[in-house]
Amino acid sequence: MAIVVKRPKLSFWEKLYLPGIIKGLGITLRHFFLSLTGKTKVSMQYPEEKWDSHLPEYYRGAPALVTDEQGRERCVACQLCEFICPPRAITIHPEEIPSEDKWAKVEKRPQEFEIDMIRCIYCGLCEEVCPEQAIFLRKEYAFTGLKREDMVHNKKRLYEIGGVREGLVNKWNELK
Amino acid sequence: MDITFILISVAKIIGLVFLTILPMVAYSVWAERRVSALIQDRVGPNRVGIPFTKIRLAGLGQPIADGIKFLLKEDFTPSHVRKGYYWLAPALTMVPALLTCAVLPFGSELFGIKMVIADLSVGPLFIFAIASLSVYGIVLAGWASNSKYPFLGGVRSSSQMISYEISLGLSIVPILMIFGQLNLSDIVMEQARNGWALLPLWGDRLSLKGFLLFIPIFISFVIFTTSMFAETNRLPFDLPECETELVAGYHTEYSSMKFALFFLGEYAAMIIGSGLAVTLFLGGWSLPFGWLVPEDGASVPFWMGALHILSFLGKVVAFILFFIWVRWSLPRFRYDQLMRLGWVFFFEIALFNILLTAGILLFVK
Amino acid sequence: MPPAATDEKKPTAETPAVPMVNVQIDGQWYQFPKGTRMIEACRQVGKDVPHYCYHPKLTSPGNCRMCLVEMGMPPRLAPGQEPEKDGEGHQPIQWIPRPAIACANTVAENMGIRTDSELTRGCRHGVMELLLINHPLDCPICDQAGECRLQEFSVEHGTGGSRFREQKVKKPKNVDIGPRIRLDDERCIMCSRCVRFTDEIADDPVLGFTERGSHTVLAVHPGHELANNYSLNTVDICPVGALTSNDFRFQMRVWFLKETKSICTDCGRGCNTLIGSREGRVYRQTPRENNDVNSAWMCDHGRLNFHYLDSELRLSAPLVKDEGVHKESTWPKAIQRAATALKAHGGSEIAVVVSSRMTNEELFMAKRLIDTLGAEHVATVPRAGEPDAYLIAADKNPNTQGARLILGLEGDLAAGLDSVRRGVADGRIKAVVTLQEDLLTPEAGFDAQTLDGLEALVVLHLLANPTAQMASVVLPGAGFAEKRGSMINVTGRLQRLNKATEPFGQSLDDWEILRDLIQAIGGGNGIYLIEDVFKQLAAGVEEFEGLTLSKIGDLGVPLIETGETVPLLERERERIAKGQIVG
Ligand code: SF4
Ligand code: SF4
Ligand code: SF4
Ligand code: SF4
Ligand code: FES
Repeated sequence: MAIVVKRPKLSFWEKLYLPGIIKGLGITLRHFFLSLTGKTKVSMQYPEEKWDSHLPEYYRGAPALVTDEQGRERCVACQLCEFICPPRAITIHPEEIPSEDKWAKVEKRPQEFEIDMIRCIYCGLCEEVCPEQAIFLRKEYAFTGLKREDMVHNKKRLYEIGGVREGLVNKWNELK
Repeated sequence: MDITFILISVAKIIGLVFLTILPMVAYSVWAERRVSALIQDRVGPNRVGIPFTKIRLAGLGQPIADGIKFLLKEDFTPSHVRKGYYWLAPALTMVPALLTCAVLPFGSELFGIKMVIADLSVGPLFIFAIASLSVYGIVLAGWASNSKYPFLGGVRSSSQMISYEISLGLSIVPILMIFGQLNLSDIVMEQARNGWALLPLWGDRLSLKGFLLFIPIFISFVIFTTSMFAETNRLPFDLPECETELVAGYHTEYSSMKFALFFLGEYAAMIIGSGLAVTLFLGGWSLPFGWLVPEDGASVPFWMGALHILSFLGKVVAFILFFIWVRWSLPRFRYDQLMRLGWVFFFEIALFNILLTAGILLFVK
Repeated sequence: MPPAATDEKKPTAETPAVPMVNVQIDGQWYQFPKGTRMIEACRQVGKDVPHYCYHPKLTSPGNCRMCLVEMGMPPRLAPGQEPEKDGEGHQPIQWIPRPAIACANTVAENMGIRTDSELTRGCRHGVMELLLINHPLDCPICDQAGECRLQEFSVEHGTGGSRFREQKVKKPKNVDIGPRIRLDDERCIMCSRCVRFTDEIADDPVLGFTERGSHTVLAVHPGHELANNYSLNTVDICPVGALTSNDFRFQMRVWFLKETKSICTDCGRGCNTLIGSREGRVYRQTPRENNDVNSAWMCDHGRLNFHYLDSELRLSAPLVKDEGVHKESTWPKAIQRAATALKAHGGSEIAVVVSSRMTNEELFMAKRLIDTLGAEHVATVPRAGEPDAYLIAADKNPNTQGARLILGLEGDLAAGLDSVRRGVADGRIKAVVTLQEDLLTPEAGFDAQTLDGLEALVVLHLLANPTAQMASVVLPGAGFAEKRGSMINVTGRLQRLNKATEPFGQSLDDWEILRDLIQAIGGGNGIYLIEDVFKQLAAGVEEFEGLTLSKIGDLGVPLIETGETVPLLERERERIAKGQIVG
């Protein structure tokens, strides 16, 4: 079925385009002079000025792993984040928790958990998909490295960035 | 040939091309970035100044840093390209752009020497002849890249340039009719004495005929400027590059200095275009209201010659800023609109404009 | 959609005399042979009925109730009353207000089935909700997640919420019930598939249920463990993650695995398999149904015998021996070296030991090599073992039939090997090429001293082994999961392997190595693809005539008669004939 698109009827002056062009030029000229005379607020002069202290709680910086109040690593290596990650930044090597471990009943944990920060696009899908509330986008955003390997966050680094997160659902801790 | 003539010409070429136009090219890039930033309420490049100091000079070091970056980047030639033509193409866009400046009078006289590299009696024709060569650079780049986006860009640019060359040529016919000659130096001299084409407020042109002729001249000016945008592939006519559709158009496959040559070629063409517009419509190097017009035969003092050069450069810079201003204000045309504008409107209007001028010249005494 | 005529499960295929009955499924009339289970009838017309306990190869206890559907029959007629019929000869259907299970009931004349009615949907909601009452929130750590029927049916047929506010029943988790299997009782839905499998198929009834009501748990009989050689099949048929494989445990999530249809090369049976791989690594093998080879099962030994593919012994680059030391080399150099070493010898001085573990295509290239070299001594290494009463064949080589056919070997294979061994020992044979065989194993029976006396020893193998250690040139070949090709199993069936992963490191497909070697020795060939090899094989060996690799299909084609039968399949056919299982 063909869809009929109704075009707006233009008046003579509109058809001539010239008034429109001049109006547009006028707008940009106004912005030009306002900026030139410092009347417009411009962006921050990073890195001298930073906004870090104003970052909201929901700020989407680097993804990181968190532990709970009892020091348990929340991630159980379900690899859903690895699956959902659009640029495939995450690599997980799962392992079985040895039976002498305090949290042996959780059975599974990541042996290694790597996020390649060159690949990560800070989309937050990993946080959204995680069934264990184990991965969160934190406020860190400035990472540099001299080698590609420097830009890969390993499990240790991820827990450093993530820290302890309280008040989440703790399904493993009580009854299991 | 006379050795002094050669030496003087070389000096003029160096002075104009290497000491004036090329730095202007670099700084028009800087201007473009700063102005666009101001228009968009941003800051723009404001950091690069004198290295190892905290002096920033509002980012005036940026073009130099960019130049060094371009030179140091990997010059990558994809394996699937036609090497010879691929390497030729960037040069072919840059060179014609610079060649056209040969006939532009950029000042009156300095030490008794006429400030134009080649004082041809067919100035505008020369400019059109050479400028139309630059389409080859783009077409070659598009074809030799052997890849679809550059190819589409190349095809677009050739049809666009050919279409707009016609209105560009026709649009200045009225001017040539009015001044009755093709020597750009003489045209400028005439304007200096008798009023700029776009400012008939003194001399002979402060008359009914002058005012009547202002109408076709203004139409010419609008067509000329618009076509100039199209010829230099500047927004709103940058369809050959058109990053939203064609990645980067004809120079998609280029990197490093080869890319820079395309990039700079565009700005060089823009400067020369501005120079031509200034020469034809805004009195070239002359000052308004017939001030400090050099007498026939009398020698021009140094300060006056310098002032004329500055006046020319000032007008060119203003024109460039206008170019930039337009680029950051208007959206890109659709390709069919572009073609319609060129063939259906500008072509007809320019033809009609010639008849109008002829009529005025004939009947109004 | 009418039932597919080629469907192998339709009893008509064997017993065409069975009368057909008319059945209405979701408003459309179809014909099925009398005795077809309702669930199968629905499946055949594309209306899948969700089920847990029903498995066509096992008896149907009907205990999960997931397959409930709405059923109707024609009205009961008064004596002498004529049945009312519509234009097409069907009687009206009287729908029964109570649902019936589709897995254990058979179709009848003029029966009606509704797989998508209000009642059916309500039943499924209810069954799902009850099944999930005590189910743990284990999906993130459960190996079944991604191929779990409980997950799938929760999405398709569940309510999306639970009204259960009480404490869930706690049951044993992570229970060791055998050397290869872990049990999680909280996840078990008591479908009893595993119990029936160990009882009916593996004849090792060690599993059963204890306790009652919602405290019922699956357990092994005290003092026993689930250790038989078919135990891992219970992991496959367990619809949930209650039984998981120790070998695959926590290795990889199933949704990352690429599944490649192939066959097991652990013995001459050639059980059909799916190879699960990701990014160049094989993670598991599972059986694939083929009712002429392995039914739906495979043995644990074959299933787990793939870890050598990424073992530390894997050769990753061609090696050339200089002054007693192996050095990594490039392919062209190594091939050239091997060719020069072999060309220096006459045909009577060269022996080629070919492996019956190679595919037909590789054997064909080996034959080419033998002809190019003019080698007069050719042998394979026979491997005889104990057959079992299920699937395992006596022949431990997967392609002995192919080797006989293509290499033209006749009679006693052991004698052939013996003569090569003697030739090497008494110095008549000066150069040996061994393809995918380690000569210093008990089966091959060479000894290091005699091999040491050789002038040239070229080894094509995928692992570093003692023979490779002695070789002048070592060419790293591919493993079974890394190649496409065909093999002939003990019953004479031609079956196809497919490439799941790329050959390890720099190693190449065996046929490519052989092709290059033949070329370097001086024989030309126009071979660029494995398909080309098969084409030439089909032209050269009469039995393969008219076949191509793609014509073999996923289930293989019978090629030659060997008179072998499969004990497990024999029993299965008997049980089908008795109507115990669907098959
Ligand atoms: S934020 Fe997005 S891109 Fe980054 S790791 Fe998470 S899912 Fe991947
Ligand atoms: S972070 Fe969350 S989603 Fe990712 S593996 Fe761990 S538990 Fe799964
Ligand atoms: S058996 Fe299925 S539903 Fe239960 S935890 Fe495992 S994946 Fe989840
Ligand atoms: S363990 Fe699996 S197959 Fe066995 S009864 Fe439980 S759910 Fe069924
Ligand atoms: S499948 Fe029918 S009751 Fe389980």
